[in-house]
Amino acid sequence: MTRFERLGSVFLPVLLIFIWQAACVGFKIPSFVLPAPSEIAIALWDNLYIIWFHSSQTLLTTVIGFAVAVVFGALLGILVGSSRFAYSSLYPMLVGFNSVPKVAIVPILVVWFGIGTVPAILTAFMLSFFPIAVNVATGLATIEPELRDVLRSLGANQLDIVRKIGIPRSLPYLFASLKISITLAFVGSVISETLASNRGIGTLMTQASANFRVSLVFAGLVVIAAMGIAMYVIFAIIEKRMTAWAVRGTTFGVGG
Amino acid sequence: MKNLVELVNVSLSYGKTLAVSDLNMTVAAGSFAAVVGPSGCGKSSLMKLVTGLMPATSGSVLIDEKEIDGPVNIVGMAFQNPNLLPWRTTLENVLLPLEVVRPERHQFRAKRKEFVERAMDLLRIVGLDSFADHYPWQLSGGMQQRVSLCRSLIHQPRLLMLDEPFGALDAFTREELWDVLQTIWLERKFTAILVTHDLREALYLADKVHVMSNRPGRVVRSVDTTEFARPRDEHTFIDPKFNENVMELRAEIRAQRLPVDIKTTTAETTP
Repeated sequence: MTRFERLGSVFLPVLLIFIWQAACVGFKIPSFVLPAPSEIAIALWDNLYIIWFHSSQTLLTTVIGFAVAVVFGALLGILVGSSRFAYSSLYPMLVGFNSVPKVAIVPILVVWFGIGTVPAILTAFMLSFFPIAVNVATGLATIEPELRDVLRSLGANQLDIVRKIGIPRSLPYLFASLKISITLAFVGSVISETLASNRGIGTLMTQASANFRVSLVFAGLVVIAAMGIAMYVIFAIIEKRMTAWAVRGTTFGVGG
Repeated sequence: MKNLVELVNVSLSYGKTLAVSDLNMTVAAGSFAAVVGPSGCGKSSLMKLVTGLMPATSGSVLIDEKEIDGPVNIVGMAFQNPNLLPWRTTLENVLLPLEVVRPERHQFRAKRKEFVERAMDLLRIVGLDSFADHYPWQLSGGMQQRVSLCRSLIHQPRLLMLDEPFGALDAFTREELWDVLQTIWLERKFTAILVTHDLREALYLADKVHVMSNRPGRVVRSVDTTEFARPRDEHTFIDPKFNENVMELRAEIRAQRLPVDIKTTTAETTP
């Protein structure tokens, strides 16, 4: 990335905030409809402790749910991607499960586990494991058949092929999916908190909107967005470190 | 000389399509065989049959005069696509078979030094020893194919199967690799089966060239080329007998192509 491209990622949000601020002031939009960025910043600052109290809970449930999703999703992906039987028997069920709106499942989870932490973790998990499983499975299922032949002719079994080729090959797919999944995990935990919890950004926003403290609602949104970006960046960095070989394809080789 | 590979009345069908039928072929131990034929004649099926990756529908495939019923561990394979693993260096790519094949896989840690030495020897022959720590994306197509060749030979297979290994390379690189392959073969004297579309390549490298018929494939002719002295070089290409053989094989393959009625085709295209 050049310096100019880097600047773009800062410049555009700043510009949008400026326009937003100017519009709110210029058109005299009441703050209970759309608070100006300055009001949101003030709400954020004034409620720093309460926001921290709630956002730490959201971060905790999201990270736990996501961690479980990574382990479960990767294992499921390996299973589905390396066995045709597992693929044909599990895939339709997975697609069906993923099509169910998770918001409809939260009340059931509340009946089973009570309100609070557990349903939030589970919702974050349910929303985020699917892209991981699908991506890992794709990485495994697209092994070049000739490479498979090379190993099979050496007496390799399916497990050898998965270990030597499948798993390293699916790492770029895994990391690509982690970046998507972490943001989905936030969506999951916030949905659950909004519906049934005493703590978390979702709870904070529900209460704030019930009290017409719209700028606090927006402050909550800002915090979620910031946490989402932070986690995304962390995984983008890990991805770059772990799978440098996959993004170097465009570099010129030494031979001619 | 004993036969390492023997195919007796072999047929192979994928569902209803018959890929090869009544295929008979023998490859003497330590010899270099080439298989040519029109496209879609079942040359790749032959690869799968000989390596035991696919069982014959009928007939028998014999290796060392014993009928096989699964993958045989004496094979090294290289394909048109080098298929190197992008996360491994040249050296690590070459070592891959030793991590899988028995008994070497169980000795891999203990004997790593010896195996690395073995890999470096091969890389030296193909002229890539200074690229051992490079990644595939840093190598040209020809270099990648050399690495693939080393990988197919690292476990010292008795049978090397080559499926159009030079098909995707430019003419200069291709001819250069013919000599690389010839050098290795003369040094190590394994048995080799080369499947190719290139008649000059087949005649240049092999002791015996087998011509396959149209689908369903079978061997319709075998040409002995041991008369061309080894090591062969650019002089072989201008040997009149060599060119005569090329012409003969070309005529044979042309005859194997599906007959096209020129009159009807012209009639259709003319308004």
